[in-house]
Amino acid sequence: MSRRSSQPFYWALFGAGGMLSALVGAMMVFTTGLALPLGIGPGARLSTYEGASAIVRSLPAKLFLFAVVSLFLWHAAHRMYHTVHDFGIRPGAIAWTCCYGVALLGTLVALVALFAAGF
Amino acid sequence: MPEPRTIVLAVLRYDGANDVAPRFESFEVPFTDDMSVLQGLQYVKDHLDGTLTFRWSCRMAICGSCGMMVGGVPRLACRSFLRDFLPGPLTVEPLTHFPIERDLVVEIDDFVGKLGRVKPWIEPRVARALDEGAYRQSPGELDRFESFSHCINCLLCYAACPQYGLDPKFLGPAATALLQRYNLDSRDGGAKERMQAAHSEEGVWGCTAVGYCSEVCPKAVDPANAVNRTKTESAVDWFARFARGDD
Amino acid sequence: MAVRRPYVRTMDGWWRRDPFFVRYMAREMTAPFVALYALVLLAGLVCLALGPAAYEDYVEVLASPASLALHVALVGVLVYHTFTWFQIMPKTMPPIVLRGRRLSAAAITSGAVAVAALCMAVLWLLAGWLA
Repeated sequence: MSRRSSQPFYWALFGAGGMLSALVGAMMVFTTGLALPLGIGPGARLSTYEGASAIVRSLPAKLFLFAVVSLFLWHAAHRMYHTVHDFGIRPGAIAWTCCYGVALLGTLVALVALFAAGF
Repeated sequence: MPEPRTIVLAVLRYDGANDVAPRFESFEVPFTDDMSVLQGLQYVKDHLDGTLTFRWSCRMAICGSCGMMVGGVPRLACRSFLRDFLPGPLTVEPLTHFPIERDLVVEIDDFVGKLGRVKPWIEPRVARALDEGAYRQSPGELDRFESFSHCINCLLCYAACPQYGLDPKFLGPAATALLQRYNLDSRDGGAKERMQAAHSEEGVWGCTAVGYCSEVCPKAVDPANAVNRTKTESAVDWFARFARGDD
Repeated sequence: MAVRRPYVRTMDGWWRRDPFFVRYMAREMTAPFVALYALVLLAGLVCLALGPAAYEDYVEVLASPASLALHVALVGVLVYHTFTWFQIMPKTMPPIVLRGRRLSAAAITSGAVAVAALCMAVLWLLAGWLA
């Protein structure tokens, strides 16, 4: 009997991140990366410290932003790890660290940053 | 009488006894609009080079023998028509991702072994005596697995699957479609046993949803669906076993 | 008995052999861009936590031509991701039967893309309402 793969755990995170980014990714990029600096619509308020903090202080916003940062990173990690394999390279510890390691680190940093932003 | 039209077939040749590596050899084949690539190869064998080696049988896309790379795409030679590949030359090669045995014949022992691993037979869900008569199955119950039962083992899907090419230990499209054909059959109760073949890295977890397997399948089996549904099942089971308290 | 020496062909450059594979690689290559955006957003959250000065610097960088160009590209990549994600999604699902007919993969994909468009519209309106 061959060993059960540990893939399902990473695949579930990949799926969740892929679904979230497919549903809101493009709009998140537009809002935080174009509307915000250019002052379009809500971007005007978001580009100020007061406006951004006000939103980040709410728990639902914290949860949403945490999900976006963390799940996007886990989704990308899983895909990139397998793309290394697709290019014919046997992914090892270095590949794991660069992919999943960054996702893990990013998740922790996001947790700390959102907490530090206050309530 | 007008000259018959011809097309050049550039066929990959290989003879383990004499060749270090495969090489292309060109043959000019006269053809009519109704001739298949298979008939073109048969013309070569009958008139130009009797040593050309290839598998074929039914000539009508049901036996699955004549799978090969036609113009770089996995196709059945009997179902590909020379008129569609004008002006030529048309490359004809053995199915990719398989070791070449000789000319257009590939070694398929690996796949045959995999067929056995998925337990491709009905494990009765409920024991049934002969005098109870035949099983009854509704059209809806049949629909659940029917497409997966149409597989003719032509192996075009394995030639299409880069993950199989990169790691031949991967169970692969057709074997998984067969696994689901039995799992989804209302008469069957062997899903738990069959899933043992699916849970490992060599099971379904080698798949990255390229999807080319379903594109090339001549029987619309949709093996990509079989593999990816099995991934979902395997993933749910991975988490559920903690609730069950086993493994 | 004839000599048997099966020949194994190389997988080098396999993805360049067919447009289908090239499209697959393009789909997979959206991943580093998704990660990049997540890290840019994370940087913003860190700067926000660090205080007004840090956040002002962050917004200034966001307003630079390089960052704006990057985000325009990222929008394109994320839209491509939305389409390709829902293109492959039907393959992971058992058939959905509605009124005796199987829902086609194309129907599932277009339905899901429509849902995504709706989610994005809601997100924009929500941001406007909260800000």
